[in-house]
Amino acid sequence: MASLSMITGQVKRSFAVAKKDMAIYYLKGPVIIFGLIFPFFLIVAFMLGRNVPVKDLYPGIMGMTVFFTATSVGPAIVPWEVRSMTFERLVASPVATWAILLGDTEASFCFGLIISLLTAMIAPLIGVSILHVLVFGLALVLATICFAALSILLSAYPPTDTPGNTMMLASMVKFPLVFVSGVFLPLGQMPEWGRLVAYISPLTYYTDLVRYSTDGVSYFPALVDIIALAVFTIVFMVAAIWVHEKVLTRRLT
Amino acid sequence: MTAKAIVVSDLAKNYGPLKAVDRVSFSVDAGEIFGFLGPNGAGKTTTLRMLTGIIRPDGGTASILGHDVVRDNLAAKQVRGVVPEMSNAYVDLTAWKNLLLTGELYGIPKKLTEERSERLLRQFGLYEKKDRAVKGYSKGMKQRLIICMALVSQPPLLFLDEPTSGLDVESSRLIKDIVREVNKSGTTVFLTTHNMEEASQLCDRVAIIDRGKIVAVDSPEKLKAKSKELQSIEVSFDRPIDLGGLAMADVSKTEKAGDKYRIYTGNPDAVIKRLAGFAEEKGLRIVTLNLLAPSLEDVFVELTGKGR
Ligand SMILES: Nc1ncnc2c1ncn2[C@@H]1O[C@H](COP(=O)(O)OP(=O)(O)OP(=O)(O)O)[C@@H](O)[C@H]1O
Ligand SMILES: [Mg+2]
Repeated sequence: MASLSMITGQVKRSFAVAKKDMAIYYLKGPVIIFGLIFPFFLIVAFMLGRNVPVKDLYPGIMGMTVFFTATSVGPAIVPWEVRSMTFERLVASPVATWAILLGDTEASFCFGLIISLLTAMIAPLIGVSILHVLVFGLALVLATICFAALSILLSAYPPTDTPGNTMMLASMVKFPLVFVSGVFLPLGQMPEWGRLVAYISPLTYYTDLVRYSTDGVSYFPALVDIIALAVFTIVFMVAAIWVHEKVLTRRLT
Repeated sequence: MTAKAIVVSDLAKNYGPLKAVDRVSFSVDAGEIFGFLGPNGAGKTTTLRMLTGIIRPDGGTASILGHDVVRDNLAAKQVRGVVPEMSNAYVDLTAWKNLLLTGELYGIPKKLTEERSERLLRQFGLYEKKDRAVKGYSKGMKQRLIICMALVSQPPLLFLDEPTSGLDVESSRLIKDIVREVNKSGTTVFLTTHNMEEASQLCDRVAIIDRGKIVAVDSPEKLKAKSKELQSIEVSFDRPIDLGGLAMADVSKTEKAGDKYRIYTGNPDAVIKRLAGFAEEKGLRIVTLNLLAPSLEDVFVELTGKGR
């Protein structure tokens, strides 16, 4: 039934969905400006009132930039499209639900990746050198896919057509995740209970990987971090498709 | 036997206790224009959305061009275009971008999409405005664009949900002409409407649906002929006269409209003779005498029990 050519055909159509998302939701002045200014606010906010060399903040800044840019618009797309009835158009076209969601994920990924790459380039300016370029790059790509998938999962339930609702819900998930993820404090310096909570956040593993690529030291072995991120990505993607498909009819009636 | 484009059996959809579509069965032949005619809330849109794979039926089956709309969902969607009840182009994109997107979603090579889009936009009088965001389009322009988008994949089957509702005469006529034209080139058309005039102008056959149930399926002319007792005679005389006292067999109803009488009958021959005799007796001069065939509207009112 699901032949290879059918799957590649659907993946190709998901690019069309992503391209449309980029044009409509991402390549907008305010969205791009938010994406670009955000990391700089982070740096300033982190530096104020702290006696830490700015280069030690780099993993945290990267972690938060990737996390917040890759999840910034994603949760609003599906409800917005339901409201403007374009979601019905997508569902009516010969594109599988998974391919529509994959397209939305791809768009979040592209946006997150572009902004994060720009942020990554501040490394030499603040005296950070990247020791393991390959791991750094792989971690960045993997984490961006992971958070992009999370952003689409966050729009799945409840099946609302009000973008404000999903954005609020997304914030309620995103902010606590940041605080438990060792972006402010390396995992090794956290209390036992803090570490246990940190394990449930994908951001923990990405930040750990950035520490590994810049300082050469990390809490987990790099491979463990990478596997953890991959597992989170698959779980988010599968969960997003599963929940979205479950509530699809309810959404459209 | 002609090939079937759409086969529907026992299709059902409930909204809570409401049976929006109540075990509906019908089939549409390849090459025909099939009208789904019914009053507001009859279940037309619900049926069309099940046939186009947007919502899942609660019961029954439907297939289009041999593809089951649930099990073989993607293949079924690939072979048909849809013009939904409410306009849903991407208003932030231009008409041109909307068409290209549609082509990509149907997996059509870009070059082909561009050729077809250009031809369609010209045909629909939108070519000059193709690079404007759809936001700035009027309702009629949006509707024309939506139809272009439904045709860009050159589907063998086209669904339209009230394609002309709310449009002016010129836009409606353009859309009706195009529907006839694509049908002539071999496309099967399924459209919903509550406009009898439109249905009888366009459709080879119509199904009349009321409160979730189909009450009749036939060609517009045969439906009219079926309701023989809905033929009427319009008559007026040179001076006011009370026809009430005129006893006639075969008359189902007599109505006074202005200075005219309208007499509904299944036997116009007898009634006309009787009227002539009556005028002779009373020394009246007949000013008008018309035999009126039933309109589809009369049939519709009769079948759906509305307006009683
Ligand atoms: N999402 C929904 N939730 C609850 N009831 C619904 C929903 N959609 C439709 N209905 C009900 O189902 C019935 C059929 O609706 P439908 O939209 O199919 O009618 P229609 O024939 O298309 O009418 P119209 O001519 O007004 O477009 C109506 O009674 C309507 O109130
Ligand atoms: Mg309707």
